[in-house]
Amino acid sequence: MRTLWNKYRYLMFRRTTQIGLLLLYFGANVWGWTLLMGNLSSSIFLDVVPLSDPYAALQMLAAGAVLATDLLIGVFIVTIFYLLIGGRAFCSWVCPVNIITDAAALLRRKLNIDGISKRQPASRNMRYWVLVLSLIISFMMGVTAFEFISPISMLHRGIIFGLGFGWAAMLVIFLFDLFVLKNGWCGHICPLGGFYSLLGSFSLIRVQHTQENCTGCMKCKVVCPEQQVLHMIGKESLPVLSGECTNCARCIEVCDDDALSFSIKKLAKNKKSGE
Amino acid sequence: MKNKTTSDRRKFILNMARSAGIAALGGFVWSAYVDEVTASQLLLRPPGAIKENEFLKTCIKCGLCVEACPYDTLSLAKPGDHKPLGTPYFIPREIPCYMCPDIPCVPVCPTGALDESSVTTNGVLDINVADMGLAVIDRETCIAFWGIQCDACYRACPILGEAITVEYQRNERTGKHAYLSPVVHADACTGCGLCEKACVTEKASIFVLPREVAMGKAGNYYIKGWDKNDEKRLENAKEIKTTTDISKDSAVNSLNSGKGDLY
Repeated sequence: MRTLWNKYRYLMFRRTTQIGLLLLYFGANVWGWTLLMGNLSSSIFLDVVPLSDPYAALQMLAAGAVLATDLLIGVFIVTIFYLLIGGRAFCSWVCPVNIITDAAALLRRKLNIDGISKRQPASRNMRYWVLVLSLIISFMMGVTAFEFISPISMLHRGIIFGLGFGWAAMLVIFLFDLFVLKNGWCGHICPLGGFYSLLGSFSLIRVQHTQENCTGCMKCKVVCPEQQVLHMIGKESLPVLSGECTNCARCIEVCDDDALSFSIKKLAKNKKSGE
Repeated sequence: MKNKTTSDRRKFILNMARSAGIAALGGFVWSAYVDEVTASQLLLRPPGAIKENEFLKTCIKCGLCVEACPYDTLSLAKPGDHKPLGTPYFIPREIPCYMCPDIPCVPVCPTGALDESSVTTNGVLDINVADMGLAVIDRETCIAFWGIQCDACYRACPILGEAITVEYQRNERTGKHAYLSPVVHADACTGCGLCEKACVTEKASIFVLPREVAMGKAGNYYIKGWDKNDEKRLENAKEIKTTTDISKDSAVNSLNSGKGDLY
């Protein structure tokens, strides 16, 4: 029981927030709950507070839409929130696709697919290109380009309002991540992840590495969905500063040596300069 | 050393070219798909929806209008529905819009894709000015036009007597009956679809289409001379001269020229 808590506490929290949020949305549509209505694209919290997806708003802007006040307030709140707690916290704590890609990554490890195909043929910077491309297409076609193909929206909207053939898109992502490219969707392609990576560069909550405790077992790198952000492991005591870190805290959990923990950016910096 | 920089440069150029190629291919497939899924014209939007091309860029697909609707009229397009993905629509033959006086679906829209001002008269929400579509009647299959008495659509219409009226006409076939045939009036019809829902024929003989699909357009050339307001358009009218094969010559010469089909 104790190890279960130590090794999986953040994972359980994350699944709770991911599923809990969807349940609140689902309840709003089916049973008329009013705590959180809408979906992850845009919602109303407690009947008053608007919340909106800043990346969707960006596409609307590129498409030439007039942005309403409610939308701007919602975008502002969400942006500030993720600016503080880490942009890609959305990816690991809220986004339902994360459950699918995590499952693919887990199975990939269990089947030792990484051992067989070591080469990763694609660049993780692809997502930023997709991000730019989505804005260009939005601008040229006058529609929100990614919102019309987004498997993320397809899934959360599907769970709340009816999935249709959306399950096929989920299966494709699962198989793609499992067989074609490790962390393929979330770590390479998803422009929403790319957007939140850029936003997360400023976040205050960081994973801190303590070199003195590290034994170099590399368990953290095995579970990390964005391995490149853990470049300091076994080298020096540094916070994980890359915006691509999803703050999923899997590395903290799997570490047996207390070498990784959450910290506040400012404090971590001060500590470092104080030494 | 020199060789190394050359090969680095080559590698860089090759990488850039490859990225550009992938981006172009991806962009092509992506925009072709988006173009395809947004091309659907035959769908009905919630009341207060702004023009379709504006709607597609403004709607954030949150479904708040769907949740606000007390009759479950609205749904969000799912993959497989062949409609712009995630946008709200309704199918009147299944569940029509019941035209709630407080229009709960419109004020909840966070983006203004459903525009409150378009369903407001004198500062009060007014569903009767909504424009979701226009009911059209197939006179061939509507049994009222056969002479069988049916006024289901007329009775179902929430703006009864204005959006749909019944016209009386002598039934020459029997010589002693009347046709009581429904007529839709485009200026009053909101496109709610209660008539389509109520229609008794196997497939509805009165059905709602988006206004752009259902209606023609007279253009600027024709003016209702008996209508003072419409006649005002003459004040700003400019002469437009078009030259065609026929109009090159005088009318008589054109007719005598033996050009054959003048149209």
